[in-house]
Amino acid sequence: MSTDIRISRTSSAARVAAILGALIVVILIAAPWWAGRADMRLMGEIFLYLALASLWNLLAGYAGLVSVGQQAYVGFGGYMLFALTIFAGLPPLVAIALAGVLGALISIPVAALIFRLRGAYFAIGTWVMAEVFRLSFAQVSSLGGGSGTSLPTDIVRSMADGRSAREALSYWLALGAALVVVTAVYLLLRSRKGLALTAIRDNELASASLGIDIWRTKFLVYVVTSGLTAVVGALIFLQKLRISPDAAFSVNDWTAFVIFIVVIGGIGTIEGPIIGTIVFFLLRETLADLGTIYLMVLGLVAIVVMLKAPQGVWGFIRHRFDLQLFPLGYRVERSKDT
Amino acid sequence: MDFVNAVVQGTLLGGLYALFAAGLSLIFGVMRLVNIAHGDLIVLAAYLGLTTTVALGVHPLVALVVVVPAMAGIGYVLQRCVLNHTLGDDILPPLLVTFGLSVIIQNALLEGYSADPQKMDAGALETASVALGPLSLGVLPLLTFAIAVAVIAGLQWTFYRTPLGRAFRATSDNQDIAQLMGLNKRHVFGLAMALALAVTAVAGILLGIRTSFDPSVGGGRLIFGFEAVIIGGLGNLWGTLVGGVILGVAQTVGATINPGWQLLAGHIAFLVILAVRPNGLFPRISA
Repeated sequence: MSTDIRISRTSSAARVAAILGALIVVILIAAPWWAGRADMRLMGEIFLYLALASLWNLLAGYAGLVSVGQQAYVGFGGYMLFALTIFAGLPPLVAIALAGVLGALISIPVAALIFRLRGAYFAIGTWVMAEVFRLSFAQVSSLGGGSGTSLPTDIVRSMADGRSAREALSYWLALGAALVVVTAVYLLLRSRKGLALTAIRDNELASASLGIDIWRTKFLVYVVTSGLTAVVGALIFLQKLRISPDAAFSVNDWTAFVIFIVVIGGIGTIEGPIIGTIVFFLLRETLADLGTIYLMVLGLVAIVVMLKAPQGVWGFIRHRFDLQLFPLGYRVERSKDT
Repeated sequence: MDFVNAVVQGTLLGGLYALFAAGLSLIFGVMRLVNIAHGDLIVLAAYLGLTTTVALGVHPLVALVVVVPAMAGIGYVLQRCVLNHTLGDDILPPLLVTFGLSVIIQNALLEGYSADPQKMDAGALETASVALGPLSLGVLPLLTFAIAVAVIAGLQWTFYRTPLGRAFRATSDNQDIAQLMGLNKRHVFGLAMALALAVTAVAGILLGIRTSFDPSVGGGRLIFGFEAVIIGGLGNLWGTLVGGVILGVAQTVGATINPGWQLLAGHIAFLVILAVRPNGLFPRISA
């Protein structure tokens, strides 16, 4: 009998999670056949928040770019959907994809400018950028200026025949966005770039000395995240069918809630935003009647988590049970061969 | 003539922005903390001022006697009980905790005072003006600017001429060695936050006399203060005053060209300066 050391990436927990996850995804895809209209709307919103949270987590938790201005891209994506369908006559689905491309493109000069600010000042700089976006779109009178505009009904009708088909499509798009984002983040983190990113997260100085181009890595993450955030933004306003500068560039809706989700769930993990989104919506659905008190409770919970358990709910579970549902790291195991 | 007027009015407005910024600059200088809730604390001070004037029936400027110590007390307690626990190498905890604080303050004000815009009544002071050649200058903006200069001179004096200022600078330079010299850094940070929020109290009262305010305006005030700090250069208080003036002038000149461009023009001036001089005009320390 000899003891061997084996290095593996996956674990039985991850395999079980993968099978369960696949099952859940199949059930969710079938939702238009088993869920009511209101439930589907709520689930669509949950998926879009999950996508936003995963993207913000990649940005802040891995690349160390703590942005409080991602609403800039949510609103930009939303406005691009409206502008491209109304003025260019593009089909909504093409407009959504193009909104992502344009979001990534516009984030390049933005990054070149605000990457000059470091740490916390970067955070407020992103907010200034979001304000510039909001004020600029409020100046576009053909999109309703400060009071906003609605998506014309013929464009909405062009998506699919009948209301339930449109709602199903909108739901699937939201689900698809969440799946694409979580998968993309997972694959990115497993790749060579992801290893560099994790190294930067753990120690910027040490990773620079190992030859990682920190500026370029962060820049890439910022541009990709911004493009995908714009796609999610377009989907959010496809659901709402109405846009205004204040709703599109709301710091509370698109950044504060997203940050709370990630912090409560566990920043710097893929599982964290998923858990956080579930917790956030459970809290919202039970406490929403309390209005402002609910938001104060949310802020308080986020502060307590940050001070007492900075790794969040998932960090606590991971430490306690040594779990990892999305296998990113390698583990050394002793296996007995007989 | 419109432009001369805009520049003069913008300069005076810059005094208010410098007051927004001074507290932000002070706490960043001493403990490298960026307080996202700063704007909401300014609004909190304005509401405290409103309650004081209504409850005691006094002039808003007299309310400073109550609001300044109250905000200083809040600052000390906040720093000792919450913010001190967030300080360290990682920038995430202070950012997220102050962000949470911002949401809490905003919603608490919403709960207590409703979303209706409020304003403080300062009587004749609001409309009084003095003629300077063809220009007419409001007494309140002049007073605000004078207070801003006085506050910044006072902070500068505190920083470089008093034992407290020495403690601030020592802790800022090296926390561990300052501790060895018998300073309690937690207490020093508490005092710095108290001083910063005392300045914030002045800013909040002047804001509340000048314009109407509601619980949601804090974010905008934070951004103005932040822009003034960055334009002027980190760690330079007189630079912050210049930054505030540049921001104020950009806004009023922008508004003269097109009323919709007021805020946009200020942000663009900030971005241009960031592009041309990333460290601001008169940097003293690097971020």
